[in-house]
Amino acid sequence: MTTPHATPRATTEGTVYTVTGGDWDEVVETAAKSDDERIIVNMGPQHPSTHGVLRLILEIEGETVTEARCGIGYLHTGIEKNLEFRNWTQGTTFVTRMDYLTSFFNETAYCRAVETLLGIEDDIPDRANIIRVLLMELNRLSSHLVCIATGGMELGATTIMIYGFRDRELILDAYELITGLRMNHAYIRPGGLAQDLPPGAVDHLRELLKTLRKNLPEYDKLATGNPIFKARMQDVGYLDLAGCMALGATGPILRSAGLPHDLRKTDPYCGYETYDFDIPTAETCDAYGRFLIRLEEMRQSLRIVEQCLDRLEPGPVMVGDKKIAWPAQLALGPDGLGNSLDHIKNIMGTSMEALIHHFKLVTEGFRVPPGQAYAAVESPKGELGVHVVSDGGTRPYRVHFRDPSFTNLQSMAAMCEGGQVADVIVAVASIDPVMGGVDR
Amino acid sequence: MSDEQRSGSSPDDQHDQPADEAGSSVPSARGQAAEVIGVRKGMFGTDSGGGDTSGYGGLIRTVSLPGAASRPYGGRDGVFDEIADELEGALEEQGLLPADAIEKTVVDRGEITFHIAREHLVQVARTLRDDPALRFELCTGVSGVHFLGDKGRELHAVYHLRSLTHGRLIRLEVSAPDSDPHVPSLVEVYPTNDWHERETYDFFGLIFDGHPALTRIMMPDDWQGFPQRKDYPLGGIAVEYKGAQIPSPDQRRSYS
Repeated sequence: MTTPHATPRATTEGTVYTVTGGDWDEVVETAAKSDDERIIVNMGPQHPSTHGVLRLILEIEGETVTEARCGIGYLHTGIEKNLEFRNWTQGTTFVTRMDYLTSFFNETAYCRAVETLLGIEDDIPDRANIIRVLLMELNRLSSHLVCIATGGMELGATTIMIYGFRDRELILDAYELITGLRMNHAYIRPGGLAQDLPPGAVDHLRELLKTLRKNLPEYDKLATGNPIFKARMQDVGYLDLAGCMALGATGPILRSAGLPHDLRKTDPYCGYETYDFDIPTAETCDAYGRFLIRLEEMRQSLRIVEQCLDRLEPGPVMVGDKKIAWPAQLALGPDGLGNSLDHIKNIMGTSMEALIHHFKLVTEGFRVPPGQAYAAVESPKGELGVHVVSDGGTRPYRVHFRDPSFTNLQSMAAMCEGGQVADVIVAVASIDPVMGGVDR
Repeated sequence: MSDEQRSGSSPDDQHDQPADEAGSSVPSARGQAAEVIGVRKGMFGTDSGGGDTSGYGGLIRTVSLPGAASRPYGGRDGVFDEIADELEGALEEQGLLPADAIEKTVVDRGEITFHIAREHLVQVARTLRDDPALRFELCTGVSGVHFLGDKGRELHAVYHLRSLTHGRLIRLEVSAPDSDPHVPSLVEVYPTNDWHERETYDFFGLIFDGHPALTRIMMPDDWQGFPQRKDYPLGGIAVEYKGAQIPSPDQRRSYS
């Protein structure tokens, strides 16, 4: 390979290429000729107020942003490609790591797509669906809390940051109790859940609800009427309904433009049509409206969690089809979480067939009939869609995530251009992008 | 899934292709013959040679996706027929023969897919967006799929369109051969597809003609190759664990 920018040179170690930027002189010359006030600022990829490794390229004139572009891909981990080399159940372990703040939404969306392909979406036990909804709504709370907390921090409001992370921590404790992990749960599986709620979980959650109900109004008191907060947020990051539709923005951004579009209402899944909750909207199209919507959505999520807890009835959490359902029941032993002793006793001591069945299902996984399916859930950030293609094998042929952060981040330019540099931070924070989801 | 669709994919609806008798996991197809996208040989992902002592090395199975559906398409309250009627009618009004634009329509698992000839994609998308009876305002981006075995139409671009007005969801699918990986860009109709098309170009090498700035988005600008194509290896190295060599994921036995 020879290019003007990489001259080869033979050494004893082999050929060495010296890579140089070819046209720098030209670039510098043009830059020198242009207006003095025109500066291009690289914000990120390592910058605390760009939410992870997001790189913002801003062309500014004085304090005004004339052009804004995003550089993404710094956190690309090839999850979609990797999924094609694991079985369908192992997939949840990967997708939970995409948008790491909305793990349960990724898992549910993926599992619903797989269940559609299997044709078992109506056979998911009620208890599994209720727990899915419960976890998703807790997840909505924890995700919005991070958004509000980090968004506040970026404005210099450190108290709201401390409060947000304090409350999120309580929710993470509940996750830990239920799934064993604070993040990256892989708890929701095709066909149901990895295991049932542990004893004491419902009481713990009721206590948690009480605490959150006490804590949530504090955000209102701290920020909603705060004149500095309002001055920084109002009319910043403006994107009206036409802009949202064209750019495909969903979630709080779309609802801040006044359209009450929420997949939980318009295209219900997991039994959302049976829950009682409201979709908050705002007419302001700005960052402040999105903040208010997130606050209200958290209150609505608490309502849904409460209804879930009231509905929980004992029952299975996995489909009845033994060709799909994970054979092992997990239990906590002295050496950590693993297959329950009863199950081990059964497969090792009693039933040879059960052992074969367990072995086949765990090593090979189940087969999914060929075809494709699309499943979408309303994640805290918007429409999270999963396109899954199967070729009839035990592994996905192709999985594509339409991550809302990825799509919504496109609207950054429309929100920021013509505004102040300081407002870029507010606008990006109001989009609430998580780079794990953007880059996947 | 409604009862209607469920019965559509029941075993008694199986068509009698010799390929289907060989493969147990071959799906039922509605209406016409299923679309064959590949042939699988042997088992455990081995090429019938080394390592496979199971005796299944000579196994040959075809892989086929659900085939074209025939009317009525069904859906909730016959909504798929309604969409198809409106789309065909609107295309005819514009002087485009529906049969030229829509290669086939697949109804599977309660979802409808219109396979569109790539040269008509933009017009069809614009019609779907603007026609008051259709109004698919929201495009949820494009997803590429690489079918190595689907000769002549290896690369597929799959679009999901959502109508907020009518609360509907449909899928468009276009295909292009590996030798001519061009698909018209939908950015002028759905600006949201800007990054999505860049992503699909980045991973599949599908060139979206008319895209304002089709550059890589995830991979480094100077990356060679298109990572999510099926002939692009996953990579990875074997690791040693307690004395045993654990092969990298793409070298492990597969059971498909």
